[in-house]
Amino acid sequence: MSHAVTADSHGHAHDAHDHGPQGILKYIWSTDHKIIAMQYMFTGMIMALIGGFMAYVFRMQLAFPGQSVPGFGVVSPGEYNSLVTNHGSIMIFWVAMPVLIAAFGNYLIPLMTGADDMVFPRINRLSYQIFLISAILIIASLFVSGGGFGGAWTAYPPLSSMSEYSLTKLGSSMWLLAVALEFVAFLLGGINFIVTLMNARAPGMKAYDIPIVCWMIVIASILFMLSVGPLIAGAVMLLFDQMIGTGFFDPTRGGDPVLWQHLFWFFGHPEVYVVLLPAIGIVIEIIATFARKQLFGYKIILYTAIVTGILSFFVWAHHQFIAGIDPRMANVFTVTTLLISVPIAEMMFVTVATLYGGSIRFTTPMLWALAFVAEFLIGGVTGIFLGASGSDIYLHDTYFVLAHFHYTFFPIAIIGTFAGFTYWFPKMFGKMMNETLGKIHFWGTIISFNFIFIPLFFLGIGGQHRRIYNYENFPDLIAGQPLRVVATVAMLAMLAFQVVFFINLFSSLKSGKKAGNNPWKANTLEWTTTSPPPHGNWPQDEMPKVYRGPYEYSHPDRDEDYWPQNLPS
Amino acid sequence: MSTSSATIDTPARPAPTPPRQLLPNGVMGMAIFIFTEVMLFAGLVSAHEIVRSQSIGEMWPPYGQPRLSLGETAINTAALLLSGFVLYLANRIFKQDKAKAVAPTLVALLLGIFFVGAQGAEWVALLGDGLTMTSSTYGAFFYTIVGTHGLHALSAILALGWAWSRLRTGKLTATEFTTVQVFWYFVVLVWPFLYLQVYL
Ligand code: HEM
Ligand SMILES: [Cu+2]
Repeated sequence: MSHAVTADSHGHAHDAHDHGPQGILKYIWSTDHKIIAMQYMFTGMIMALIGGFMAYVFRMQLAFPGQSVPGFGVVSPGEYNSLVTNHGSIMIFWVAMPVLIAAFGNYLIPLMTGADDMVFPRINRLSYQIFLISAILIIASLFVSGGGFGGAWTAYPPLSSMSEYSLTKLGSSMWLLAVALEFVAFLLGGINFIVTLMNARAPGMKAYDIPIVCWMIVIASILFMLSVGPLIAGAVMLLFDQMIGTGFFDPTRGGDPVLWQHLFWFFGHPEVYVVLLPAIGIVIEIIATFARKQLFGYKIILYTAIVTGILSFFVWAHHQFIAGIDPRMANVFTVTTLLISVPIAEMMFVTVATLYGGSIRFTTPMLWALAFVAEFLIGGVTGIFLGASGSDIYLHDTYFVLAHFHYTFFPIAIIGTFAGFTYWFPKMFGKMMNETLGKIHFWGTIISFNFIFIPLFFLGIGGQHRRIYNYENFPDLIAGQPLRVVATVAMLAMLAFQVVFFINLFSSLKSGKKAGNNPWKANTLEWTTTSPPPHGNWPQDEMPKVYRGPYEYSHPDRDEDYWPQNLPS
Repeated sequence: MSTSSATIDTPARPAPTPPRQLLPNGVMGMAIFIFTEVMLFAGLVSAHEIVRSQSIGEMWPPYGQPRLSLGETAINTAALLLSGFVLYLANRIFKQDKAKAVAPTLVALLLGIFFVGAQGAEWVALLGDGLTMTSSTYGAFFYTIVGTHGLHALSAILALGWAWSRLRTGKLTATEFTTVQVFWYFVVLVWPFLYLQVYL
């Protein structure tokens, strides 16, 4: 870590890292946090398109079983399993994580805290490179002999450990390796985020002057680091089971298959908060800006996030209520799961309290942020039914679960990302996005999203199990076919509306209105530099100093309704 | 900047000063990394504990598997602990006189190399006795846990070797040295727990 040490304090660190190569290499080999953020962002978007294509194929199969899917062909059962598995894995590990944590974290933390870059720029670059390799590996795993892994994103043994069952010897191991590599990438990124926030802030920026989104990303990174260890342990064990035939998860040889579930969900549940917290952070920034009102309860939000983080380590077995765990243990985990909805609800109320009495501006990012609150609410509330072990015994592994976590993950990974992307787009590229196209895209996406997943709640309550290739084989479930078709058609509509986004993206990049430094009249530090910011973020002798908290909107002593953090008075 | 308003509280601030650094960057980064590592070993150890508690007739090691050599490994353990102590001394000397720290650092390094070498010899013997990754979950856990630690020990040796060579040429900074030490101490201190867990 030789290079790590030279960057000892804020402002002097700039010449400690190279200015990087020029030309096209500038974008591939750069250590600039903004470029690395864009690499993560656009890799994530490409992966989202791939994951979306997979969803298109398997939803078509569900609505029109056995028919040839345009652009893919007839879906075999093995392909179906592999598509579902990799859709889930890609959306969580290669879309939600890289975009919400890595892209926004990299972009925002130095800019919002007044640092010139991350404290370990070269580790940062390494992080993206490892991530890219992992992304290539997961895609490649779909094309090897036997096909991609099809044992679900949770990879329960024995399906994942024994190739006699999964029939994807190579695919399973490549999937596992890709996930492990991706974790290494985020480990490196997370270390950077935490140390940068602790050590490299602008003069005057005290703990409670740090914008909430930075706190959220850092708390999420800490959660990730504390939870990922046991899963890496499990992944090593699973890899040995697959490749050299150890019997860690094989009950016939003294192993224990439920052990994997514990190791997986000990990570898996905190992981949902790892992606949730950054999204809430983004939403809170946007709501405070466009409500033109001081954020309600800065400290409440911060402490609830910490409490949520701690609690999230004690709820994992709510995924295992019917895996044969002790009913007394199920009771404990029911209680902790119900408890954790309290801080989550608190964070939602804080956004509503901030809106109350504000002068709300319905810009595109604000619409996304408000939609996040509305849609996530449905996801959180349905989680309570699943967290109560009594009702979960019926609902487990039905489409109710599937609809539940899409009502949480979709607001997080898609709505939250669009909120953040449209809000910081002027800063990232120096141009405004088109509001009309933005609103068409917004309404199209939100309405079709609800038409996809509300039917799935009903199907789930009606007893439709997940991970089934063709429901025509189940006489009891045939009646649900119209709802399946509604969901698929709505998904086609949603995919079509994404075209509007890309038109907006490219036309705004090319000929959008110039943004200026601070188009939204916001307070935080990233709006004090040029759009896009230069290498080093500010000219070296103009590094910002901080005089107040980030949410001083509509202060009674001021004529303007905002008060940037860097103004002495 | 009057604070006449009761609802919004913005008292006047003293002039901005840079934030206080709890730890230098490198040391803090390493410390965070160590937390992840601790959780990794916690995962391995608890998996081991669960499988052991479910073994048939509570026979551990299972029937037909060799016992591990508690005694010989005790010597290796002592060597590793000693290396940690010597490195600690080296750090104290380093603060007074960098040049004098070269020798004790080398001693710590050699003790670490001895540990890894002796563990390797033990593995060869155990393989000869029929304990392999696939002979039982007992063997699988043994090689996985001890092997994971061994890999960490090897990386620590590389890191300390690098620090030692920089120390000889006088280029090693205090932060670099501390960062490497933090990792070394982790490798040293986690071992007794693994030893008690796996060998007893
Ligand atoms: C108040 C909040 C929440 C509660 C009480 C809750 C509760 C639950 C429970 C109990 C399950 C297990 C259902 C089963 O398998 O039978 C579950 C599943 C799931 N939840 Fe949540 N959840 C909440 C929020 C979230 C959030 C924020 C996310 C994601 C960001 C999320 C993602 C998931 C996922 C992915 C599953 C499916 C696991 C599988 O593959 O079986 N949940 N939730
Ligand atoms: Cu959970």
